[in-house]
Amino acid sequence: MTALIDALLLRNGYNAALVAIGAAVLGASAGATGTFLVLRKRALVSDAVSHATLPGICLAFIAMTALGGDGRNLAGLMLGSAATAGLGLVLVEWITRRTRLAEDAAIGAVLSVFFGFGVVLLTVIQNLPTGKQAGLQGFLLGSTAGMLYSEALLIAFGGALAAAAILVLRRPMTMVAFDPGYAATAGVPVRTVDLAMMGLVMAITVIGLKIVGLVLIVALLIIPAVAARFWTERSGHVAAIAAAIGGLSGYVGVALSASAPKLPTGPMVVLTCFALFVISLLMAPARGILARALRHRRFQIAVHRRQGLLALAHGEPVIEPLTLRILRRAGLIRADGVVTEAGRAQAAKALIDARRYEIARRMHHEEAIAGRLVGLEPIETVLTPDEIRVIDQRLGVPRSV
Amino acid sequence: MAARQAPTLAASDGITRSAAPDAETAPGPLAIRGMTIAYGEKPAVFSVDMSITPGSMTAIIGPNGAGKSTLLKAALGIVPALSGTVTVFGRPIGEMGRRIAYVPQRASVDWDFPARVQDVVAMGLYRELGLLGWMRPRDRERVRDCLERVHMAAFAGRQIGQLSGGQQQRVFLARALAQDADLYLLDEPFAGVDAATEAAIIGVLTALRDAGRTIVCVHHDLSTVSAYFDHVFMINVSRIAEGPVATTFTAANLQATYGGRLLAAQIRDLGLGDVPRPDAPCPAPLRS
Repeated sequence: MTALIDALLLRNGYNAALVAIGAAVLGASAGATGTFLVLRKRALVSDAVSHATLPGICLAFIAMTALGGDGRNLAGLMLGSAATAGLGLVLVEWITRRTRLAEDAAIGAVLSVFFGFGVVLLTVIQNLPTGKQAGLQGFLLGSTAGMLYSEALLIAFGGALAAAAILVLRRPMTMVAFDPGYAATAGVPVRTVDLAMMGLVMAITVIGLKIVGLVLIVALLIIPAVAARFWTERSGHVAAIAAAIGGLSGYVGVALSASAPKLPTGPMVVLTCFALFVISLLMAPARGILARALRHRRFQIAVHRRQGLLALAHGEPVIEPLTLRILRRAGLIRADGVVTEAGRAQAAKALIDARRYEIARRMHHEEAIAGRLVGLEPIETVLTPDEIRVIDQRLGVPRSV
Repeated sequence: MAARQAPTLAASDGITRSAAPDAETAPGPLAIRGMTIAYGEKPAVFSVDMSITPGSMTAIIGPNGAGKSTLLKAALGIVPALSGTVTVFGRPIGEMGRRIAYVPQRASVDWDFPARVQDVVAMGLYRELGLLGWMRPRDRERVRDCLERVHMAAFAGRQIGQLSGGQQQRVFLARALAQDADLYLLDEPFAGVDAATEAAIIGVLTALRDAGRTIVCVHHDLSTVSAYFDHVFMINVSRIAEGPVATTFTAANLQATYGGRLLAAQIRDLGLGDVPRPDAPCPAPLRS
């Protein structure tokens, strides 16, 4: 436990601190990038990209060793992984465009073939005289043990660069995700933006290889985005919250894996991320499960309140205990059941709105079927002023309420 | 699009025509020549010419699957064309994007997208916002003003998924208004909207036309063509007729466009007189 607290407070030495900060920067830019990927409905492309890095890593290692260099040079391995990831991406695009196969089928094919080839190369490297110490397995699930200062710096710098690119591209990426057709007519270079988005995904994958590993990097792209969606209805805020969730996951995950020997980093990061997802799912005020339950309760209250008010307006007795309780608590009837002044006014308004809604349901047939015009909210919040005017004309009661 | 950049084109009849508009005519807001669009080997639109009159309000009509929306999308470069050129005010469309505003079909997007009404309208300002895309106070004012024109100012902060169909259509129109274009291309703006929205939209479009802008709408409802539009373009894969509503929207042209799908009685209901072939088979609803 103290080891974990030490790691969280960056007390494990300069190197470990830098790794944690690097992981946080990486997680933040992965979360933000993933938001646009998810909104574009292309989240799984990142899975193909990440698995396609493995042959590149192995080939780069073999090439660098053959040339007499250090096979484990991170920059060199990143370059190699980017090359095959790019090739995988091009293949997915090509298959989708040139054949009748859907994108998910293309992703599945490319992912498995590239990964299979990578595993074969990994075995080949194991059997090389220099291969035993390669430690390339670390790239599968991520490992920060023995990470160099320069490597951590490279990761943090790359992550920051990606974050800057997202800031510049956020508006065109949002437009392309919402409606590529319209975006093209509004002056957005759709193809370029899509390419840039995929380039960002590739960059995040390559940068994150060392820390999170290629099998799990897809989680860091997707989970923060879907978790953030529970909190807000604005795409910019989704990206910002996803960045926060991703950054926190990277930071805490690295600290967790540093607190015990041989704990792989990738799974720790992903599990932290998942914990934040569960919290969002349950607690988020905008779309979380608890908030929905509360809203349902409020809906129930609104139903009873409307029924009670209409009963008052028609001079009928209110019998249901819940309805009585709601009316009493709102000060619309007194404890002895006598209608108050406010109750009379609200009942009159409820009656007019009910008539308006009746006409609205007839006029806006589609909406009525969709259940939008049940008549619980004040009508001004559901219809525009001109729509209400048209209804009032039909109603023949042009009095203001 | 390759087709748009080609200086000349081989039309489907094999004749090579000049892409430049005729010298004696003033450059129209939208001119399409020899446009063919095909998925595989089945043409959706075949060798269509179109020449929109400046300051007009034109309805593109035709039966389902006649290529109305496809023609519009290909003209905008959203859908690739097999052949054909598109000029806007006499210039290739690629240079004139600034002067065009497009209103796509409401059903073409996922309305659960995390955006508010004002965010969608602000998309219309894309060309004017800088690289970083920060909104200035006057940009916000313009978004508000455009929402005001479609009576949606009170809904600016609403999530778009909470809107009704008609309100969603108004948001799309407001976004096009924010572009302050000279040519407005709308894909079925009246499909599935309520009467109040239909009136609001036609009010906005008429005001634009009266201000000298040009409006082109893919349109479904034959019963409102005469009331809403001054020009009509009739298409069924190929172009059938084009011109002022008064002289073009005739029983004979309707019969040629819709074939047996339109009952003689329905054409008579439009007040267009009798049909040349009164024995049209296969009844179908007028609103398809």
